[in-house]
Amino acid sequence: MEANERQKQAYKALIKTRTPPRPILRNAWRAFLVGGLFSLLGEGFMNLYTGVFHLEVKEAGPLTSATMIFLGAFLTAIGIYDKIGQWGGMGAALPITGFANSIVSPAMEFKREGLVLGVSAKMFTIAGPVIVYASLTSVIVAAVKLLLKGG
Amino acid sequence: MAGKRLGRETVFLANPPAIVGAATVAGPMEGKGPLGEYFDVVTEDTLLGEKTWEKAEVKMLQEAVELAMKKAEVQTGDIDFFLAGDLLNQIIASNFVARKISRPYLGLYGACSTLAEALAVGAMLIDGGFARYVLAGTSSHHDTAERQFRYPTEFGVQRPPTSTWTVTGAGAFVLAEGGHGPLITHVTVGKVVDMGQKDPNDMGSAMAPAAAETIWQHLQDTGRRATDYDLIVTGDLGRVGKPITEVLLKKAGYDLSPVYNDCGIMIYDPNQDTHAGGSGTACSALVFGGYVLKEILAGRYRRVLLVATGALYSPTSAQQGESIPGIAHAVAIEAADVVDIP
Amino acid sequence: MEYLMAFLVGGAICALAQLVMDGGKLLPAYVMVLFVSLGAIASGFGLYGRLIEIGNAGATIPLPNFGHALVQGILEDSARRGWLALLSGGLRATAMPLTMSIIAGYLFALLFTPHGKSNG
Repeated sequence: MEANERQKQAYKALIKTRTPPRPILRNAWRAFLVGGLFSLLGEGFMNLYTGVFHLEVKEAGPLTSATMIFLGAFLTAIGIYDKIGQWGGMGAALPITGFANSIVSPAMEFKREGLVLGVSAKMFTIAGPVIVYASLTSVIVAAVKLLLKGG
Repeated sequence: MAGKRLGRETVFLANPPAIVGAATVAGPMEGKGPLGEYFDVVTEDTLLGEKTWEKAEVKMLQEAVELAMKKAEVQTGDIDFFLAGDLLNQIIASNFVARKISRPYLGLYGACSTLAEALAVGAMLIDGGFARYVLAGTSSHHDTAERQFRYPTEFGVQRPPTSTWTVTGAGAFVLAEGGHGPLITHVTVGKVVDMGQKDPNDMGSAMAPAAAETIWQHLQDTGRRATDYDLIVTGDLGRVGKPITEVLLKKAGYDLSPVYNDCGIMIYDPNQDTHAGGSGTACSALVFGGYVLKEILAGRYRRVLLVATGALYSPTSAQQGESIPGIAHAVAIEAADVVDIP
Repeated sequence: MEYLMAFLVGGAICALAQLVMDGGKLLPAYVMVLFVSLGAIASGFGLYGRLIEIGNAGATIPLPNFGHALVQGILEDSARRGWLALLSGGLRATAMPLTMSIIAGYLFALLFTPHGKSNG
């Protein structure tokens, strides 16, 4: 039996008061904390690379990203990033460590289906959309800018 | 065939089969829950020495099936039909156990309602004279379900409060014609009900209408009140779906509250962080096979209605924006000395 | 001081993403895609560069920075390659994080096994 629109709406109204709402404020606060902490870490690495290793910002920047990716990958591998994510939500998913987690977790998960069809094929199931849309948007934005500049 | 059907959709079993053996194999988390001591086996981990979780799930179902037959004192060769299902694509856990059992096999898929589906079909096969012994089994595994339906297990995704936790475990039951044990007296096979719920993180809301529909139909067809049962237990509606089902049935004139519980709520402690409760085929299998059956045998429950619930969707259908259809099957069980004819 | 700003800006961006996810009941992947795209758009307006000046790592660690880095990479490369930079500049600028992702992903998958969620 598939309900008609009116019945669906009526059911939706019925359950509205009976489904637990997401703790929006609590989650936002936790995301703030976790995201802030990862940013702190990143800041630390940046200062390390520019201050101690005397790299230029142009190099230190991507290197910091790579370092944070390695960190996120490691935390995923030892099995604690999923717990950080459950607590921190977007505070764990949005930083670049979360990007790493989204790559390493399927890579690990599907190892059992082999190194080619498992690990390699599934590695970008979650991160793929991020890379695709980032590339798409950046190309469009840059193209517009280049056009406006006069090519 | 006179006397076999009641009302519109209920089957009355004039030769009620008996549950002569049952076995439950549970994962560590389930073992730590409030019903831990009721399970026959609690495993140390979720891999059971195997290389993959899928293989572990097969092992659990295999163990449950063998133990159930042992307890029923039947040989594999005595089994006329093996009915089993699970949550994996193409129900491979059941298929691989069937390979080992090597008896006539009917694979079933009812999502988390599979246990009731298996008991229903098995009971009808026996009552209809088509079998003397039926072996029914089902399994689910948290990690095999996660990696198939949702996300890789190490992915840091946040689960909303409406989400449920797939139970790791397996349950198997031997049904016998004229045997000694709790009797399956009625079967109400459910219809698919879809009220337009689309959130795979809230299956309780999606399945509650189906549960209410089947329970209502069963009570209508049998002429019984809810309190004619000592326990009406749904499979995995959880803390979100259970109150919704109660409300829906109250509106239809049935008050379940004195006797109503849900396996998803019973199987885990609130502090085990499972949000709305347990889910999966093993949820009803472990709670029913472990706790409820033992309570019936101990004389604490005389008459029970098991209503396992399932969400009949796939990751593909959800991604394509489809809603989640639900189903629920009801099986009425009575202690051997209580059977009465309606 | 810069550490404080990094903490505040990074936290704020993540908190905003969390609000979007909970408020809109969106899947994490959709929010990540949205924010990385917004980062690219903000970059085009020069706004993301400003945010980095204020928050340093607080702005470069979250995902919108990936969009920003791609845009800036293209624009910088356009000085040398003109329009071809649209195809080359982005990945040039983000080569390090991307390559690290692939190598680290493969390496850790080889060495480690997921331990599952329900072992007590």
